[in-house]
Amino acid sequence: MGSPWRTMDASERGHLLYRLADLVERDQLILATLEALDSGKVFLMAYFVDLMATIKTLRYYGGWADKIHGKTIPVDGEYFTYTRHEPIGVCGQIIPWNFPVMMFAWKMGPALCCGNTVVIKPAEQTPLSALHMAALIKEAGFPPGVVNVVPGYGQTAGRAIAHHMDIDKIAFTGSTAVGKLIQKAAGDTNLKRVTLELGGKNPNIVFADCDLEHAVEQAHSGLFFNQGQCCLAGSRVFVEESIYQDFVRLSVEKALSKVLGDPLQPGVDQGPQIDRKQFDKIMELIHSGEREGARLECGGAAWGQRGLYIQPTVFSNVTDDMRIAKEEIFGPVQQIMRFSSVQEVIQRANNTHYGLAAGLFTKDMDKALTVASALQAGMVWVNCYNAMSAQCPFGGFKMSGNGRELGEYALQEYTEVKAVTIKISQKNS
Amino acid sequence: MQLRSGLSRALPRVSRLLSCRYSAAAIPQPNPQPEIHYNKLFINNEWQDAVSGRSFPTINPSTGEVICQVAEGDKADVDKAVKAARDAFRLGSPWRRMDASHRGLLLSRLADAIERDSAYLAELETLDNGKPYAVSYSVDLPTVVKCLRYYAGWADKWEGKTIPIDGDYFCYTRHEPIGVCGQIIPWNFPLLMQAWKLGPALATGNTVVMKVAEQTPLTALYVASLIKEVGFPEGVVNIIAGMGPSAGAAISAHMDVDKVAFTGSTEVGHLIQKASGSSNLKKVTLELGGKSPNIIMSDADMEVAVEQAHFALFFNQGQCCCAGSRTYVQADIYDEFVERSVERAKRRVVGDPFNMNTEQGPQVDEEQFKKILGYISTGKKEGAKLLCGGGVAADRGYFIQPTVFGDVHDNMTIAREEIFGPVMQILKFKTLEEVVERANDSIYGLAAAVFTKDLDKAHYISNTLRAGTVWINCYDVFGAQAPFGGYKASGNGRELGEYGLTNYTEVKTVTIKVPQKNS
Repeated sequence: MGSPWRTMDASERGHLLYRLADLVERDQLILATLEALDSGKVFLMAYFVDLMATIKTLRYYGGWADKIHGKTIPVDGEYFTYTRHEPIGVCGQIIPWNFPVMMFAWKMGPALCCGNTVVIKPAEQTPLSALHMAALIKEAGFPPGVVNVVPGYGQTAGRAIAHHMDIDKIAFTGSTAVGKLIQKAAGDTNLKRVTLELGGKNPNIVFADCDLEHAVEQAHSGLFFNQGQCCLAGSRVFVEESIYQDFVRLSVEKALSKVLGDPLQPGVDQGPQIDRKQFDKIMELIHSGEREGARLECGGAAWGQRGLYIQPTVFSNVTDDMRIAKEEIFGPVQQIMRFSSVQEVIQRANNTHYGLAAGLFTKDMDKALTVASALQAGMVWVNCYNAMSAQCPFGGFKMSGNGRELGEYALQEYTEVKAVTIKISQKNS
Repeated sequence: MQLRSGLSRALPRVSRLLSCRYSAAAIPQPNPQPEIHYNKLFINNEWQDAVSGRSFPTINPSTGEVICQVAEGDKADVDKAVKAARDAFRLGSPWRRMDASHRGLLLSRLADAIERDSAYLAELETLDNGKPYAVSYSVDLPTVVKCLRYYAGWADKWEGKTIPIDGDYFCYTRHEPIGVCGQIIPWNFPLLMQAWKLGPALATGNTVVMKVAEQTPLTALYVASLIKEVGFPEGVVNIIAGMGPSAGAAISAHMDVDKVAFTGSTEVGHLIQKASGSSNLKKVTLELGGKSPNIIMSDADMEVAVEQAHFALFFNQGQCCCAGSRTYVQADIYDEFVERSVERAKRRVVGDPFNMNTEQGPQVDEEQFKKILGYISTGKKEGAKLLCGGGVAADRGYFIQPTVFGDVHDNMTIAREEIFGPVMQILKFKTLEEVVERANDSIYGLAAAVFTKDLDKAHYISNTLRAGTVWINCYDVFGAQAPFGGYKASGNGRELGEYGLTNYTEVKTVTIKVPQKNS
């Protein structure tokens, strides 16, 4: 109580976030280069996608800061009752390596706009952009101690955050396995509030009455974007029987046309995987696909003389019981399966512990609305994939996580509601 | 943010309230003869003469002299502007297709540009309106910037809903812009009133035809140049200088204007409402006059109450719709309160608004000047006790002495009608219930205040006063975040805050038949 941050006008908190966004925009080139270098993602993607999303997210939350409203509430009795939407307090945030600076902004935006202070641990694979952001945070004028960046490992620094008795809330984005550890840690210690953004094995359903070329293209980028390293990757492509052959053929053509290479070079579509551990895991799953009887249409092996590149890989004739159909691969490996009826594909799409996203391609309105309602996923895309924006909430059903990021919904996760009730001598409506 | 009366250094506690952010040391020396760059009509991002070729003079109220001529728009120009605004609003236009977040970015850039040019804009505002430069610079300009930044943030957050209706339907609402919005703004806070209107209208995606007050057109026209500079598409904002009965009436009667927002006198508010009924039933929101009660309980902090009550009335030369123009003082502290208020009024520094020590500049024009002097004369005639001031304060310009009347009764003209000048009315009351009844006995209902330390009294009064804003132990505290507007004849609708967006929105409900609804 009484600190510069606690006594600051909400609008000023927002203004600081706007200033930070402007500084990121100023340093967009540096940050995109750092990002491509540290994570292996294609530079042009980093510049036009990751950095733009970072800037827009910070601006979006800058705008919310002084619009977080409590309420006055007409309770029974002679009382004046209102709610205050207060910051939770000290928030621990643990972010992954697949979109380092963008994940930083997704966490920082809502936490700061609601008035919290933050201890954030960037992934050990990709600490550099977070550290540059820390310098910009200081330059923008955030008071000392409001944002603290601690690079380190999960088992040490991450664990310390999850178990800390003086951290009020933890937000984690990463694997479902670690998500479970975080939830347990909170239960073991001070019951800190927990929000989780975890893995996915997202169904992408292509009906026969879709725009085929568009669906192929969207399913392709829906899987292969960011070297396949997206929690949202559409890694189970269900294609209706009558267009299945064409779909597979066109998808393979697309996969074969991808240009691998140094992510800092123009003209490159796909960079390396993030590290040896991921590389080995992906290769192992590819081999399991072959062993379990899926048909390897293209790719399936490493690429290039050095670095951790994997050829864009397409499996067809995949069945639901195969490991490649159940486990999150997090690599450039696309699974294509066939289906015949709407009811069947809904049931198969939902038959997973995950529930992060889903896509569906159809021209039929009834089908679109019915399937969108039926899918157990936090985000459903119709005739598109990976369409995201700072205003729209993002998060998972089931074991893909709990809570929502982005949009107005994220504010709830960084707010503690206090109800104040004052006795008055006579209430009037 | 708090509106403040210049540099009242007299009371340290109050100076703290008035905020170190705006210390005198930070205010640059003004140029009292700023150059005029824009004096034409702004239509479709172009500067245009009036169709008639006519122009009118805008006057410097400190001297009574002409500053410059300004193009005088009337019906023909309003027609052009409405066409431009309608075209900018057509389906598929750049404005209609723009990401909401980008509309917000443009508003944010406009705020930045205004901030960049604030020293100049403050000079222009003081020249045209007469308010002290120290106040234009440290209060009006920053408030304008904050208002635009506030609404910039709303642009992509104004969300419709999906709604669980009965039956096999998928139902949702879209929050759409209304369309072409006419906006008629007054002369008392020219830049600020422009920002209050443009912010919500543009954030929600409307296009605008704005008529600025003929007494103070200059700053709004300069802002028009910034609107073009930062990249608003042509036709989105159109600004017309002109007279009420011609240009203003043309807007409120126009068959192709979807909504009119007016801030000004209650008298003209009636005309606007009638014009809407006589033409196309355009949506109407009004911010009108007030005769706001300021209630001082005997347990109030005397020093603070006196200073705040002084500020509540005298700020902006008394030219505030929400001026605390009925100061009700509880009987047992009445005498001391009156004495201190008179002493404070006598100390009020009236003079050249470009002088940093000035607290009070001239009234805005001769018409207001004469009207206020008329009310002072009526006050004396009806038996109120003139305690100080009461006359003209300088040989040229429209300066009036800070004036205080004591022993005012509710039925006197000066207690019922809006004076809009530096004339304070002090009335006596005994009990809480009595003062609430007397405070509410007015056609107006814009604002009110109470000074007390008692929790229960504060709640009782704030619950029972029929006023759109109630201040407790403060006055004239505004924030872009907090809604402002009137009960009764003080207007309808609310400006500012999230509430301000509803006036500029049409809600469309879409209901789609689905084969089977599931929760």
